Amino acid sequence: MEDRDELLALYEQMAVIRRTEKAAHDLFLSGLVKGTTHLAAGHEAIAVGASAALRPDDYVFATYRGHHHAMARGATPEECLAELMQRATGLCGGKGGSMHLTKADAFMLGSYAIVGAHLPMAVGAAWSARLRGTQRLAVAFFGDGATNIGAFHEALNLAAVWKLPVLFVCENNLYMEYTPIADVTAVARPAADRAPAYGIPGEVVDGNDVVAVKEAVSRLARRARAGDGPALLEAETYRHFGHSRADPATYRPAEEVERWLKHDPLDLARGRLVELGVDEATVTAADERARDLVQQAVEAAKNAPPPDPGDALTDVWADGGAAWRT
Amino acid sequence: MADVSTDRDVITYREAVAEGIAREMRRDPAVVCLGEDIGEAGGVFKTTVGLLKEFGPQRVWDTPISEQAIVGAAMGAAMTGMRPVAEIMFSDFLACCWDYLANEIPKVRYMTGGQVTVPLVVRTANGGGLGFGAQHSQATENWALTVPGLKIAVPATPADVIGMMAAAIRSDDPVVFFEHKGLLASKGAPAPPGHVVELGRAAVVREGVDVTLVGLASMVPVALRAASQLSEEGIDVEVVDLRCLVPLDVATVLASLARTSRLVTVEENPYQGGWGATLVSVVADEGFGLLDAPVRRVAGECVPLPFADALEEQVIPTVDKVVAAVRSLAAY
Repeated sequence: MEDRDELLALYEQMAVIRRTEKAAHDLFLSGLVKGTTHLAAGHEAIAVGASAALRPDDYVFATYRGHHHAMARGATPEECLAELMQRATGLCGGKGGSMHLTKADAFMLGSYAIVGAHLPMAVGAAWSARLRGTQRLAVAFFGDGATNIGAFHEALNLAAVWKLPVLFVCENNLYMEYTPIADVTAVARPAADRAPAYGIPGEVVDGNDVVAVKEAVSRLARRARAGDGPALLEAETYRHFGHSRADPATYRPAEEVERWLKHDPLDLARGRLVELGVDEATVTAADERARDLVQQAVEAAKNAPPPDPGDALTDVWADGGAAWRT
Repeated sequence: MADVSTDRDVITYREAVAEGIAREMRRDPAVVCLGEDIGEAGGVFKTTVGLLKEFGPQRVWDTPISEQAIVGAAMGAAMTGMRPVAEIMFSDFLACCWDYLANEIPKVRYMTGGQVTVPLVVRTANGGGLGFGAQHSQATENWALTVPGLKIAVPATPADVIGMMAAAIRSDDPVVFFEHKGLLASKGAPAPPGHVVELGRAAVVREGVDVTLVGLASMVPVALRAASQLSEEGIDVEVVDLRCLVPLDVATVLASLARTSRLVTVEENPYQGGWGATLVSVVADEGFGLLDAPVRRVAGECVPLPFADALEEQVIPTVDKVVAAVRSLAAY
């Protein structure tokens, strides 16, 4: 990537996501976020790099670790944090929560909390895109843990035999939850090594390098849009927080954590910006804008009202209601 | 494919399935079908015969044996502008993709605060009586009833198959459409052009004043045969074909009870967790004053479906069991 302005914009997006996730963590610890969160700090380059390679009308399906994908497709930190904080102004009006962030008007069609369930959905969206004669793609982002569930395999096979414009992007952060993925998987690359069994390309990329992710997704997207079928990308990355909630992730060796924290996606992008001649003050200004945006988002979300209790009985059916009987 | 209903006096339930789908595919190019063996093979139960020939491979898609991929892909397509009609060959196999029926399809609209709609139909061959054994014979309509967010269509006649298929495919909500295996060869009046049966409207298929029998799918003809037999004994039975479990037409049942004051449900699904339990609980709550006798449920025995005829007959409700239940109530 040679465009400094573009890289700076991607850096700023990642900085916004990082600070939003940190805010979500702090709000959880202070009791303002209930239930659970699965934070994506450390995974920012995958969402931001892939999103930059997609058209605005491509379909995105994500997992319960999906805040970064909602934001990469246009959700604001305020909409996301308000949802986590049970506010009426949240992305889903308080009906979804952290695990179900969705921005359908930007074609980010949901975050799904049953592992692997959304891969077939992405296949269906790609099928639909082709049937309707569009050039749109569908992308499913999923964790390494999803590669051992049946829906992953059914989805890859169907996408391959129907030659659909769908990309499967695995965020391999080395741990399915608390257990190393390597301990429970028969092959070294849990996603990429499975792709050949379905006759589709399986590539590996440094998921912390936003430029590398963007380039890989661009290449695979071009191929899929041209009618050459699905592809799989395994993006190597690492969680900065634990699996969920307040998990301290003590099951991860200190040396491993240290190594990965030194391979931070924001640091990598900052290094690239410096190489491109962007001065320190410009990068710092981007960081400050991100900080201010997220601070304002936290305040706005705190001050937003809770959902109207009557809304518990809306949105089941397309007519807006919930009537199950006459 | 010929419009079978316009050039024949009767059609089979089996033909009605294909006809009902074909009518909607002619109307709306967004309707597409997917499932195992539904194309050239015409479906394991021959309920999709002629669709591939008339509409071609861009509208009728054979899939691998991948129930999760079938229903999951249907969901993704429904969320993005299509109206998929997915076939799950036997309703027992819904268990293979139950995540989609339980966790994904019925919840995605709600949990996104109404951001998406899922206008799809999952069709499936349901029910016993054909000697297919424990894993290919179950009446599973009550499974779907456990999950808010699914509409449940369970037609009993060829005309209702066509009319309810039209309503199901046009619905902007997800519909699970149970086609009864034991009824596939049954014949009935054809449906007129443009026939649509609104979901959630039960039908009084026989009027009577002594006892109300409420049935569904293959239990409707069982109830009607029981009613004929009982009329010879001077017991005048009203039979209500519920047609849908969601929306559940409680109003029609309560109106019938206002005439008869006695209720028997006739259910193929097991007594434990069967749909009659939900219906009866509403009647107890809202229609207790209408009743002059206890409510009786004639339902499947709470065992896996056995293979041998002599055993299967003991498990699935029969005319004799229904007659006995009505008799005891009429005498109450």
